[in-house]
Amino acid sequence: MLAMAVAFRTDRRTMPAVLRKATPYIYFLVLIAPNLLLLAAFTYRPLIENFRLSFYDWDLISPTKRWVGLENYTDYFRDSTSLYVMRNTLVFTAGTVAGTMLIGLALALLLNLRLRGRSVARTVLFAPYVLGGAAVGIVWLFIFDPRFGLVSGILDRLGLPSPNWYNDPNWAMPMVIIVYIWKNLGYATVVYLAGLQTIPRDLYEAAQVDGAGRWAQFRHVTLPMLSPMTFFLLVTTTLGSMQAFDIISVMTSGGPLDSTKTMVYQVYEEAFVRFRVGDASTVATVLFFILLGVTLLQVRLLERRVTYG
Amino acid sequence: MQETIRSHHGTRAAHAAGVRVSGRLSRVAAYAAVIVAVGIIVLPLIWMLTASVKTRQEIYTLPVSWWPETFRWENYRQAWTAVPFERFFINSLVTTSIGSALELVNGVLTAYALVFLPFPKKNLIFLVIIAALMVPFQVTIIPNYVLVADLGWVNTYQGIIIPGAAVAFGAFLMRQQFLSLPREIIEAARIDGAGHLRILWQIVLPMSRPVLVTFALISIVSKWNEYLWPLLVTNDATRMTLPVGLTQLQHSEGSSEWGVVMAGAVMVIIPILLVFLWAQRHIVEGLTSGSVKG
Repeated sequence: MLAMAVAFRTDRRTMPAVLRKATPYIYFLVLIAPNLLLLAAFTYRPLIENFRLSFYDWDLISPTKRWVGLENYTDYFRDSTSLYVMRNTLVFTAGTVAGTMLIGLALALLLNLRLRGRSVARTVLFAPYVLGGAAVGIVWLFIFDPRFGLVSGILDRLGLPSPNWYNDPNWAMPMVIIVYIWKNLGYATVVYLAGLQTIPRDLYEAAQVDGAGRWAQFRHVTLPMLSPMTFFLLVTTTLGSMQAFDIISVMTSGGPLDSTKTMVYQVYEEAFVRFRVGDASTVATVLFFILLGVTLLQVRLLERRVTYG
Repeated sequence: MQETIRSHHGTRAAHAAGVRVSGRLSRVAAYAAVIVAVGIIVLPLIWMLTASVKTRQEIYTLPVSWWPETFRWENYRQAWTAVPFERFFINSLVTTSIGSALELVNGVLTAYALVFLPFPKKNLIFLVIIAALMVPFQVTIIPNYVLVADLGWVNTYQGIIIPGAAVAFGAFLMRQQFLSLPREIIEAARIDGAGHLRILWQIVLPMSRPVLVTFALISIVSKWNEYLWPLLVTNDATRMTLPVGLTQLQHSEGSSEWGVVMAGAVMVIIPILLVFLWAQRHIVEGLTSGSVKG
């Protein structure tokens, strides 16, 4: 920082011509170097290093690593737990993405109506999105307490028995999906709401002239006009869900019986609980390529939008 | 971004006023739906608040009580002392403020260089920075942990802060903003002999205040909430941040003292909720930017 300040104050007029010409380049490098070095050290280096580690057998502590070639990968794709975890990741992602987007769209349509207090409602709906996943998970752990929780209290009022939620392999996954949707719903709502507000009113008027009813207007005007938002949300919420850790870690630790273990949790557990770094980095590598595929879709979308705008 | 939002309001295309609801019945139905939706979002938070002052006996009676009979504020004191909560608060404040400050400085300087300074293949450098967005943090945790451990940074502030000090999205955000500034003003200042630091401090930053605030807020919110990395690099209470400390509280008090755990959760959640309510426009805009063209 100090060196930078000094560089800024150097008087340009007293410099030799070559240096004077190079000065802006030096400024550029000085300003951008910290960020580039940090990205190199903590983003790109570990990406490559993670890939390298997936060809070794290592326990995170011992000074030597054993080269095993592709063994971690063949084991990974043959292991029934790994496939189960992949399935869980898919179920969790599909459930949270579909839930967030569908309910988000419904709420956006609702808040697009000319109602009193709708901006307050918008703020309230968005609030959970800014809360930390760990704290949210702990609060919901009590809410889902099978005997003394809020949910069992409500079900009791309705005369229904409460499921065993986090103790039951069949109910643990729906539970974490519900919590995740609760936390992220406001995000989809706000994005869709912004989309709705860009739809020209004339389109609806034209549709009405053509005799389109409410449903036809929604199907043929609203939905197509919202398709950029839909695609954007599909990509961002898919990426977010596939990387979810806090809520699952706090509420279920991947259990019971691995029923909520997703790939990210598997990376964490293999590396930092079981100290099987080779297996962990194998999962991380597979996860990276899946996420890269989804991201590239987004890049293509952005390109399309740039030419459109 | 600002520009886009303003132009939406300006054109006749704008739907911002909302769709009119005709008919009394549909009006009632619409309001009912809004109330239900808001209720579902708020109820868990109210449950947390009421439980945080319930006595142990009240929590463990059936049917569940909806409103505390007596307010047991003692839960808060108990949460504060059962685990070193004060320490967690300080740690969160230190790592969030320094971490966000570093992100901000990095983002602003990177964007300034990319927009106002010449360099060969500048766009390629921009691409290298932006491509970092495609590398999910979770994929890098193992090598980053190994590096931090080798540096002897486990259980230190720098261990928590430094790996998160690089910034890709913020640099992108600031670059977009700087590109929108009128070039003539900066040219004029240069001709008047102003140095880069002065231009940045006296012209560029004051003109970019809203975006800067947005950037700062989303950085603060995400650092405050961060869980996985602080969980990995801290191993005792001296450096644990609030989210990690809260899980400690839950492990120690467990399901036998939900009131105390909820009191702890309130103390973690309320600060960020207040920041959100105070600056919600900026935060919503920042977190959802990228969705609307701009």
